[in-house]
Amino acid sequence: MQRVEHSKAAEIFNIDEPRVDWHDDTLWFVREKRDKAAHQLPEWETLRELASQIKNHSLSNLDHYLEEFEMNATKNGITVHWAADGKEHNQIILELIQKNKVQRVVKSKSMLTEECHLNPYLIEKGIEVVDTDLGERIVQFRKEPPSHIVLPAIHLKKQEVSDTFHEHLHTEKGNNDPQYLTEAARVHLRDKFIQSQLAITGVNFAIAETGGFVVCTNEGNADMGAHAASIHIACMGIEKIIPQAQDLGVFLRVLTRSATGQPITTYSSHFHRPRAGQQMHIVIVDNGRTKQLGRPDFRNSLKCIRCAACFNTCPVYRRSGGFSYHNAVAGPIGSILNPNIDMRENADLPFASTLCGSCSHVCPVKIDIHDQLWKWRQILTAEGYVASSKKVGMKGMAFVLAHPSIYRFVGKMARWALTTFPTLLANRKFNPWAKQRELPIAPKESFREWFLKNKG
Amino acid sequence: MKVGLFVPCYIDQFYPQVAVATMELLERLGCEVVFPLNQTCCGQPMANSGFAAASGGCDKNFVANFKGLDYVVGPSGSCVLHIKDHLHDDGDAAAALHIREHVYELTEFIVDVLKVEHIEASFPHKVGIHQSCHGQRGLHLSSMSELNAPSFSKPEKLLEMVKDINISKPIRVDECCGFGGTFCVFEEAVSVKMGKDRIAEHEDNSVEYITGVDVSCLMHMEGILRRQNSKTKIIHIAEILNSVVYAKS
Amino acid sequence: MGARENILQAIKQNKPELVAAPIIAIETSTGNLVQQFVITLENIGGKVCFVNSMEEVKIELQSSMSQEGYIVNTIASLGAINAEINNATNAFALEPVYKAYIQGHLAVAENGSVWLDEKTIINRLLPFICQHLVLVIHADSIVANMHEAYKQIKIDAAGYGVFLAGPSKTADIEQSLVIGAHGARSLVVYLIQP
Repeated sequence: MQRVEHSKAAEIFNIDEPRVDWHDDTLWFVREKRDKAAHQLPEWETLRELASQIKNHSLSNLDHYLEEFEMNATKNGITVHWAADGKEHNQIILELIQKNKVQRVVKSKSMLTEECHLNPYLIEKGIEVVDTDLGERIVQFRKEPPSHIVLPAIHLKKQEVSDTFHEHLHTEKGNNDPQYLTEAARVHLRDKFIQSQLAITGVNFAIAETGGFVVCTNEGNADMGAHAASIHIACMGIEKIIPQAQDLGVFLRVLTRSATGQPITTYSSHFHRPRAGQQMHIVIVDNGRTKQLGRPDFRNSLKCIRCAACFNTCPVYRRSGGFSYHNAVAGPIGSILNPNIDMRENADLPFASTLCGSCSHVCPVKIDIHDQLWKWRQILTAEGYVASSKKVGMKGMAFVLAHPSIYRFVGKMARWALTTFPTLLANRKFNPWAKQRELPIAPKESFREWFLKNKG
Repeated sequence: MKVGLFVPCYIDQFYPQVAVATMELLERLGCEVVFPLNQTCCGQPMANSGFAAASGGCDKNFVANFKGLDYVVGPSGSCVLHIKDHLHDDGDAAAALHIREHVYELTEFIVDVLKVEHIEASFPHKVGIHQSCHGQRGLHLSSMSELNAPSFSKPEKLLEMVKDINISKPIRVDECCGFGGTFCVFEEAVSVKMGKDRIAEHEDNSVEYITGVDVSCLMHMEGILRRQNSKTKIIHIAEILNSVVYAKS
Repeated sequence: MGARENILQAIKQNKPELVAAPIIAIETSTGNLVQQFVITLENIGGKVCFVNSMEEVKIELQSSMSQEGYIVNTIASLGAINAEINNATNAFALEPVYKAYIQGHLAVAENGSVWLDEKTIINRLLPFICQHLVLVIHADSIVANMHEAYKQIKIDAAGYGVFLAGPSKTADIEQSLVIGAHGARSLVVYLIQP
């Protein structure tokens, strides 16, 4: 199925203006919470700088840290697996499920597993995975992807959640109370946790020094699954490695403040050894990350700790919604990560931005997101992924702007046309500017003409 | 000192009064202003659309027009930022570098170079400040809400010197207006929605004018305001700072 | 497997020039740590009770046990530790736990969290599966921030540990905060004063 370009999807999203306002306000509220948290710490900007430098250092020594992590994790009794891509990742998990004759699988939030399309793969093989993060369970029932990497169901109103739960959990029709609905999910998922045989979690941070990993949740669902199931599989991208335990002090201080404005998530769980009788596995995944590492202009994007602060601040994301980015990771960070995977599919994303720069300045690890968006535009254009009509227009513009007398002529013509044929240029079909905006009124003379008359 | 007046293409063609105000203001503040006659554009619309590689001719023309001047000053944050970051000319690298190091947006030039503490101006109106993104986050014309850092604003500092002006700020003090260059037509729906939302916050404050350092933002908002038949007008900061002269003429 | 070698090789080829790790030297605030801990924890839905000794908590525990349902105690100085609970107790057996009492040996003022490791909690699932959680800490175990916390704990001393901050919660339904998601519905911290 051909994916819909961001601008087209955004256009459709904007048909329901009150809904856009609601979506925009909801996410802006999360940005405001982040601001409040950031402003409460005088050392906030120092922490961002430290987090950025730790990640810069880690990426520059990534192979050694991964090897150190593997050695220490193995000593701890964790089985370490490596996967070149999403397919291998899924196969590894399938093998573990089949080898252990597992039928009941629970999964806490892992954007990596979304990226690898794990759930549809397992369903195809006859294995049902229950997503246990409340937001993810909601979208799972609705057969939708998450629209936000931290707040999966942010695009849904409580009435919609209520309808979904009525259908799948037989809650009271029309009861939209979030407390009531959460309680229903608690009861339903509690049963799943207790019955689970295998729990899949993500990894927020993997520590090379100690061979362990940290998983952060507010709901406690990662732990409910991991400590109940006899097999725990943690999935991580290669870039999740940090060198030492002390680095967690920096990251755990900036992560949740950036994501939701909380000082820390309810649970920051540190896993080092399986409990007695349990198998613990970790799957380390590349899936294009080493390629991105090799791109000097874009390797910084691998510093990302998946906080989504960039989503919440992005005026375009807030007014177009996660689905318009047609990827597991949407928003500004998605727009610089996804073209690395597939330029053709994702050529639209770096253009879904005004380059306002807000994202780069809320990023807790100082990724130069807006600069990378600009740089991706140059590459995508050079590689030919831009519409030919745009190419022709731009080549024309380049010519005009390099030749002063032609520029003056074109400018004068434009002003003349605006004055003489206002209806033509204002035709909403031909001129997108004019759909919802008036064209500027053409002045009688350009500045240059005024200058020559009055000062020259 | 010789100041080269850089007039962005769309100001030259559609908002010449902004360049007039800029020139007159700089002269009033004691500058010798020259206007290189063969300038065209900074090349930003092409570069931001992915065609930076095609801007060579445009850049060469810019360098040819502005070389040898002490300063280059323009009434546009985004255009100045673009020149600062991207101007190049393999044929005259030294000249291009000099321009990049001496190009200023109008308000930062007045505050940082001329170090003006008083401007004779009067504008008895309620004015909403729009923080244009590239000037703010790129040129550091003012502090940004994202950072935990001391608050400052060069444009506001100058506006506060204007007699009888009533300055107001929207709730979201520095959210983007949605112009974004070619974004305004290629992502028309989001672009306009962003502009409408900016305007709504200003109109909630019952402003008479919306002002800023970038005519591109103002042009985009003006297009929406006029389509809405709104009484709110846009005005570039140069015109406010030069308002005494205007009042007379 | 081929993937490991390929990935490491690709990284070796593609990684940037080595840059040094920064030195982490954050000035630690010298405010009233107890006060900060209490305010922060209460802001995130936890409840703090000041007590003068374990004796007071013991009284409360005994009162709970006579009234409330399946109570699990893991703190030796509070009384008998439930013999049926160990690190292998499974989820079915733990599901009915109404309230669990656990002692924390380190707490963090900036975020209201308490560090619990496998040895103290006895069973990893216990602090999550109980309906209500009670933690006991000494006031002088409160440190200012996470940097200080990581200086004092060794994260791999036990096979599992958790910074636990307040009752479980979610705001996944239209950003409405609901206390009590999958973990404990409530958290009470008994703070033993110096």
